Amino acid sequence: MQKAPLILNRRTVVRELLRERGDLLLVAGLGTAAWDITAAGDHALNFPLWGAMGGAAVLGLGLALAQPSRKVLVITGDGEMLMGIGSLATIAAQRPHNLRVVVLDNERYGETGRQRTHTASGTDLAAVARACGFPQVRTIRAKHEIEGLRSDVQQIDDLLLAVVKVAVADDPLALPPRDGTYLKNRIRGAILGPDSILR
Amino acid sequence: MKTTVNQPTNHSHSRHWASDIYDVFKAQDIGIVSYVPDAGHSKLINLCESDPEIRAVTLTTEEEGVALAAGAYLGGKRAALLMQSSGVGNCINMLSLVRTCSFPFLTLITMRGEWGEFNPWQVPMGQGTPAALAAMDVLVERVAEAREVRGTVLAATKLAFNSYRGVAVLLSQQLIGAKQFLE
Repeated sequence: MQKAPLILNRRTVVRELLRERGDLLLVAGLGTAAWDITAAGDHALNFPLWGAMGGAAVLGLGLALAQPSRKVLVITGDGEMLMGIGSLATIAAQRPHNLRVVVLDNERYGETGRQRTHTASGTDLAAVARACGFPQVRTIRAKHEIEGLRSDVQQIDDLLLAVVKVAVADDPLALPPRDGTYLKNRIRGAILGPDSILR
Repeated sequence: MKTTVNQPTNHSHSRHWASDIYDVFKAQDIGIVSYVPDAGHSKLINLCESDPEIRAVTLTTEEEGVALAAGAYLGGKRAALLMQSSGVGNCINMLSLVRTCSFPFLTLITMRGEWGEFNPWQVPMGQGTPAALAAMDVLVERVAEAREVRGTVLAATKLAFNSYRGVAVLLSQQLIGAKQFLE
């Protein structure tokens, strides 16, 4: 079977998803996904990871359980999500209505020399999520589908995973702050107020 | 093959130590308890699962509990991770998150591979557990007596959340009772 070409530009996708983001809480998996969210504009409600590979989605679960009245978006790559593939079962079992996971799937380990990930060999992370019990699952391949996904991220009251198939890109680095303690305190202050850091 | 757990008989404590841990969780506002189950933790897991104020989260691998606790803390909730010593190795790289971001992190670890162990496959990770935690800058407390559980877990919880550190309490196999396979 001929595979569909990967055409979407990941930076454009992320910029569109974060347009008028409001008080959306945002976690990014390590590597290119963290650069993508930073290219769209660093933000106090961003928590970009520089490590902890495989932990982005389940870190988002913790945040979503702690802040049930806020929407939590995790943006990560296919390699990072594959490392934490079991966490999709953990998340689905909890079914947090306010968590959404977007996997930017270019079928490559982008930071290390573009080696093929298992999604290049047929692993379908959307199907995995569905089989784990995610109630809302999307696969996005075309530009006209992005606005619908943005609307779901903002509004849907249910657990969602979307795989966005994106092109292998050569975007310039857009590095977020890398002091983890600063990033932790920054988002806690933005969510819980400045006293949360001082206590 | 029988797989029952013998109960320790050498303590005069009237309540089970798992109830003491549960009391500390309640007093210290632990709202999320994640775990890969261990027989030694089963009583505590049951107490947490039947409490509507505690979110019990079953994990596929222990490292998920490290990231989950970090996310919960970002949102203002305290979490604890329950596991068996065999799960410590699964957590090693994820503990970078705790160290790099100065996250408070509390884990209670039931020990295998030591006192009276029958299963040789448990021994390497059980014996390696304190060093693996120390290598990732997690502070380690050990408790072998039921009457010391409450105080040790309370102190570990305060240490973790007041000093923004990873703290592990090792619950000795002597406390739990060695798993019996044959008798």
